[in-house]
Amino acid sequence: MPAIEILGLEKTYSVGFWRKRPKRALYPLQLTVEEGEVFGFLGPNGAGKTTTLKLLMGLVFPTAGSARILGQEWTDPAVKAQIGFLPEQPYFYDYLTAHELLNYYGQLSGMPAKDRNRRVEEVFHQVGLHDVRGIQLRKFSKGMLQRVGIAQAILHDPKIVFFDEPMSGLDPMGRREVRDLMEELKQKGKTVFFSTHILSDAETLCDRVAIIHKGLLRSVGAVEELTSSVQGKVEVIWQGTEIPASIKVLGVECHLSGEHVRAIIAENQQDVFIDVLRRERQRLVSITPVRTSLESYFVEKLRHAETTAGSAV
Amino acid sequence: MNSRISHIASNTFREAVRDRVLYNLIAFALLLSGAAILVGKISIAIEKLVVINLGLTAVSLFGVVIAIFIGIGLVSKEIEKRTLYTVLSRPVRRWEFIVGKFFGLAGTLAVNTFFMALGVFLALFYVSHTFVRADALIFVALYFIILEFLIICALALLFSSFSSPLLSAVFAFSLFVVGSFAEDLRNFAAMTHGITRWLATGTAYLVPNFSAFNVITSIAHEQPVAGQLIFHNTLYAFFYALMALSGAVLIFEYRDLK
Repeated sequence: MPAIEILGLEKTYSVGFWRKRPKRALYPLQLTVEEGEVFGFLGPNGAGKTTTLKLLMGLVFPTAGSARILGQEWTDPAVKAQIGFLPEQPYFYDYLTAHELLNYYGQLSGMPAKDRNRRVEEVFHQVGLHDVRGIQLRKFSKGMLQRVGIAQAILHDPKIVFFDEPMSGLDPMGRREVRDLMEELKQKGKTVFFSTHILSDAETLCDRVAIIHKGLLRSVGAVEELTSSVQGKVEVIWQGTEIPASIKVLGVECHLSGEHVRAIIAENQQDVFIDVLRRERQRLVSITPVRTSLESYFVEKLRHAETTAGSAV
Repeated sequence: MNSRISHIASNTFREAVRDRVLYNLIAFALLLSGAAILVGKISIAIEKLVVINLGLTAVSLFGVVIAIFIGIGLVSKEIEKRTLYTVLSRPVRRWEFIVGKFFGLAGTLAVNTFFMALGVFLALFYVSHTFVRADALIFVALYFIILEFLIICALALLFSSFSSPLLSAVFAFSLFVVGSFAEDLRNFAAMTHGITRWLATGTAYLVPNFSAFNVITSIAHEQPVAGQLIFHNTLYAFFYALMALSGAVLIFEYRDLK
């Protein structure tokens, strides 16, 4: 059973004061996240990531479509006992201490008092706030509030955790800790759905990612799958101390390094290139597909989307 | 009461208690009770009348200010600060949130009224050195004040569920003022004809009739309050608060939290 099934959720807001006009925030979205997956929801600012999360949390209502979480209707309050949510740049009741806040959220999640007390202590240790749990939240820094946000999201030991920009406001150490925490959640079999525009985090953590831009889903897949699907380049290394003239003619950029020559060529040039090397009696060392970073893929995808939109206009 | 509602209510109460502005208002109310003693001393032979009048009016007015001041931000502030996101992403229904907020505010006002009433009784004891049987009538006035607060709390929540705190404050205060003259509005409607009569009558019955809850003057003169009025006011306050609260729930149930 998939953990999350988004079945054509879409959202159009009315903007303007007097003359209301529709503004599409999310085009019909179809997406499935399997149980135990760490799923990255990527996109630039204003892409529709937060709208999607708000729709799933029932904070805004869809214009059309529905969703299922752990096989149940997403609006069912019983589902919410099994999910945790960290909003973007979270803000909490600042008159409460961190301990009071978590205790309150534990009560709202229906946790029995005994479990609640134990879990509150546990998660404070987990997010590194144990020593400051008795301090009012108005005295917390942005990074500390982010940690409180993470603590409240995992407090009731949910099966699925939704994080909206979890690394936002954290220093490098804090980001590392959140990454470790996500790894830990994955090891415990939890499903993690998180939105981010920090691609290195997604690349390190995610089993699969989806890219959304201007409210439209652009691609979904495993990071390796996505990055290998577009670049179509291979790295060829052979033994040699000079570049043969017949290779130079091909206009391929080659680099000499010791007794090896290295060239990056387009995948469709590969056969011709190998034939030339064979004719020149060069000794081939390796042919390796070049893996693009998720960032390059992402930029490429957005550029393509912009071009398509531009030509459509 | 549903446990989630009681948790939301107690958190609302805690917020109000930790809000420093609330303490200022209580301090003002106590000051006014002190002023009642002073004025009472000046007004020879009618000290008790002045203390009851001024004291209970202070309890009522400060309670109304507190109810509106806190009530208008109960929902809109939570949306604006996004504190609501982490509440509604839990197994909490939207109506439970509104009802919890209402009980939290009503509880806050009940506790405030208790302390302010204590001030009034102390002032009364100070000027008359003893309590008489007729002083028990003050409890009826206090009960009516609390009923009035229930209506105001529900109205403040209703406005807060769709409007900004500033507009909600304007709506709530306006309604309180118009409601305090509801009896006059009804009398005016009775004297007019045609469409004016329809409009005036409609408005008079739509706005909360706060004038029916004001028995302070008659109690200060030790005149008893009819049991029927207590019964009618109780029914009216509960019905009106329920209607306003239902309106707040209906609006909030379908509101996008952008």
